[in-house]
Amino acid sequence: MAKPRKSRNPASDLPAPARLPWQPPAQPVATALLISLAALLVRVLVSVGPYSGQGAAPKFGDYEAQRHWMELTLHLPTSDWYRNTSDNDLAYWGLDYPPLSAYQSLLHARLINASLPDTVALRSSRGFESPESKLLMRWTVLSSDLMVFFPAALWFVWAYMKDGVGGGGEKREGWMWLLAMVLINPCLVLIDHGHFQYNCISLGLTLGAIAGVLSRNELAAAALFSLAINHKQMSMYFAPAFFGHLLGKCLKRKYPILEVTKLGFVVFGTFALVWWPYLRSYQATMQVISRLAPFERGIYEDYVANFWCSTSVLIKWKRLFAIKPLKLMSLCATIFAFLPSFVQQVKSPSNLGFLYSLLNSSFSFYLFSYQVHEKSILLPLLPASLLALHEPHLYGWFTYYALFSMYPLICRDQLLLQYIAVLGLFFLIYYSPGASYVKGINVSSGTKAVLSLPLLCSILFHIVYLQIEPPKRYPFLFDALIMFICFSQFVILTLYTNYKQWMLDLHPRPVGRRKKDL
Amino acid sequence: MAAAAASPSTATVWAFAAATCVKLLLVPTYRSTDFDVHRYWLALTHALPARQWYVDASSEWTLDYPPFFAYFSRLLSLAAPLVDASLVSLPVPAAPHSSPYLLYLRLTVAFSDLLLLASVLLLAVDARRRQRPFLALVLVLWSPALLAVDHVHFQYNGFLMGLLLLSLHFLEQGKDLAGGVAFAALLCSKHLFLVAAPVYFVYLFRHYCCGRGVVRGLGRLVLMGAGVVAIFAMAFAPFMYYGQMQQLFSRLFPFGRGLFHAYWAPNFWVFYIILDKILAYVLRRLGFNIEIPEASFTRGLVGDSSPFAVLPKVTPITTFLLVILAMTPCLVKAFSNPQPKHIIRWVSYACSCGFMFGWHVHEKASLHFTIPLALIAMDSLDDVRHYFLLSIVSCYSLFPLLFENQEYPIKVLLLLTYSTLMWVGFSSHLSANSAREEKKANASGIIVKQKFTGWISLWYLSGVFAIELWSQVFHNYVFGDRLPFLPLMMVSVYCGVGMMYSWMWQLLWIVRHT
Repeated sequence: MAKPRKSRNPASDLPAPARLPWQPPAQPVATALLISLAALLVRVLVSVGPYSGQGAAPKFGDYEAQRHWMELTLHLPTSDWYRNTSDNDLAYWGLDYPPLSAYQSLLHARLINASLPDTVALRSSRGFESPESKLLMRWTVLSSDLMVFFPAALWFVWAYMKDGVGGGGEKREGWMWLLAMVLINPCLVLIDHGHFQYNCISLGLTLGAIAGVLSRNELAAAALFSLAINHKQMSMYFAPAFFGHLLGKCLKRKYPILEVTKLGFVVFGTFALVWWPYLRSYQATMQVISRLAPFERGIYEDYVANFWCSTSVLIKWKRLFAIKPLKLMSLCATIFAFLPSFVQQVKSPSNLGFLYSLLNSSFSFYLFSYQVHEKSILLPLLPASLLALHEPHLYGWFTYYALFSMYPLICRDQLLLQYIAVLGLFFLIYYSPGASYVKGINVSSGTKAVLSLPLLCSILFHIVYLQIEPPKRYPFLFDALIMFICFSQFVILTLYTNYKQWMLDLHPRPVGRRKKDL
Repeated sequence: MAAAAASPSTATVWAFAAATCVKLLLVPTYRSTDFDVHRYWLALTHALPARQWYVDASSEWTLDYPPFFAYFSRLLSLAAPLVDASLVSLPVPAAPHSSPYLLYLRLTVAFSDLLLLASVLLLAVDARRRQRPFLALVLVLWSPALLAVDHVHFQYNGFLMGLLLLSLHFLEQGKDLAGGVAFAALLCSKHLFLVAAPVYFVYLFRHYCCGRGVVRGLGRLVLMGAGVVAIFAMAFAPFMYYGQMQQLFSRLFPFGRGLFHAYWAPNFWVFYIILDKILAYVLRRLGFNIEIPEASFTRGLVGDSSPFAVLPKVTPITTFLLVILAMTPCLVKAFSNPQPKHIIRWVSYACSCGFMFGWHVHEKASLHFTIPLALIAMDSLDDVRHYFLLSIVSCYSLFPLLFENQEYPIKVLLLLTYSTLMWVGFSSHLSANSAREEKKANASGIIVKQKFTGWISLWYLSGVFAIELWSQVFHNYVFGDRLPFLPLMMVSVYCGVGMMYSWMWQLLWIVRHT
């Protein structure tokens, strides 16, 4: 990827370098506050824009789905939330996230009901849209983000720096850049505060769990990660990494069985607590589970840059196979994909290896599992952002293509302006003056040319997608081409990160390893 | 530090680019009637010949800026037909505009800010040829007040401030002729800056023309005069040729506007009103028969009837004399010892005087001295303290401009982020400085930590929170829908205290140190 390289002002007659106000000796707490405020400001600014399905009757979009869930959870008894009843038409945005999501909807519904009851009135509120209700709905996402994702990010950065996860090569003041990279993640900001979803909660809980692992609070981590799974089942993408890492750590301790039992107890306890209203009968539980795994919707939807969708140009998976063999195939492929990273963590768990493993296992789910959305790229993007100090090029590269893979969605939501602004802001912070973490890549010009080819294509397609009408025979030609570009990049990325994770063992880093092999 | 390898100009451009991204995100926000004003001016200057610019009355927003601004509008309208032909058609369509339409107008503001960037880049070196701290430049580019007024409310202050800063840069570098010409161009773009003209006149006369012998001085006087006259001729000659000077001046100086704008700018006159109210109340209690004036304070147009019950009526002449009187110490200083290193301070002070005592002052006028003062905010500990207070107060006094719910978190976060940036930057700047001084002095381990906020200013600033909390939450509980203007008055009066302090501080500093 041909990045605009910063001039390093080699000539000595140039003026002295600019002293950035947030660099030491700035107070760390005030600086963290500054970064958080700026991240919050960006979110608030994006939230002024349109949301998915704005004014698009009769089906609307994710905004309406969330509003509808608030309406359902507020007015129906718990037992009816996941059942088709006269008040709950499952075909119209039926609830398909685990119970914690439903509780969150209920909480937000109560808050909105206190001031704007029309927004969440049963049945009559379908497709309800007003400037005030938009503001209130936006505020529910903003407050969730502020209360879950922000503290988790701060905790993570604190744990990361305290433990020296990335090794001795990283500067102490790198934490500011890392925090900014984690908080100002353009994809997350656009999807949550533009498109309208609550990924900040499940990702924030996962991030909290990761911070828990890094700071050796395994039990808290297990509880937080269980909550994340119970908010969005997609958090399972990280499960192999958590399982492998925690298992590997337990096996190295004095009483491995006891340690595993403790963790298992916490996980089961958390699940039981969340699922309590549905545990009364087998049938009720199965009803919820069947809602969470919508196999009938097919192996992929729209144009998601994963294996099944990209290869379907050559092999018509949906036509050739029934749902059942497809399920099995995708399951096997996913397991094969995350197995190397899983085995590595069981064998030699380390904090850095854990972060790589999170990235690899979530990538394997994104690429091979059943029913993946284009928005699921947020999940691999989270561990990639955590590795930003260690793998700055990878993160910049990945963020760009992850955002590009959602470009058709962004265009549909009319968030193009926000897309440009947030992408610009991200790369400005990425290349901020004073951030020397992004060094030039030492590769041959041939490799550079190969890397910059997809970049040029993607820039071209940004314009083509907007300006040129696709041929009538292939109305989704450009969507498919965007998908191909992104898929190729994602495959290269995950091969690289798998390789890096395995290399951690072969080339043990000399510094800061002693603490991590607990 | 190895990390800070970026040169100051790269870093400044970086800061500007970041601000531009924020400006893009501000495109869909609320816009005031000023948006319609500038939209009309764009169409007017594009569709009609110059002969009709100051005559046309097809909209209620008639052109009331000097000709350079009209030319500027004409320049911005050049690309408009490519985007949307209705942008430059007259009469301005009343129908809701398309999104390219809105985007185009917003982008013209962001584009015209390039002049501000250019001036800030030039100002990276101060009058003593030293590097200005990067933070001082960032404080200009990221000013929340400028963002709110230009990119939400909709005005072109970035361009005007760019012109003012450009002229200040020339003066600081001793290029007096260029500075004078730039200031003349500014006057021909917005005549509100006339208030700084006395300082410019005195300074340029003394620094440029005097002290070099009579002949050379006279020559320079003629040169400067010719430059300024040339600029004014470029602006006004066409309209003089059309015989529209009287029409033009009646547009530029509309008489009959009241002492106050719709919302009270936090200046001296706020206290005058409050004193009048209190006196009226007390005298009535004592048994005097005091008539309640009919004119309302909260309307922009007051007309001839005096809004005061007890105190004498204020006329434009009174305010003019007061402004000149307030400026006198500064003029004397500029006359006796004209030094380029003080010019930013003197011009800012002149603008503050205009703001404090002027006739029909807009709250937005506080930008005219807050922005230049940002450049010298880090010159000394006192400056740091003063700017920290002033910038927060001036930005807070602009809050009532953005009154819709959607913009509420935006304005609050803009101010909070900016204040935190100042907090982080100033404290690290001061501790770096004291560390350097310690090294120099090799002092015996006594570390005097320099706090950039005193107790009084800290308490004052927390009062801002209290006022905001009151007007947002408690006012509704206590009074319900009654007294809707009370929160606005509280903001004006409270910010007026801070502004009064800032004005007096500037005066004292100028008297003592320049």
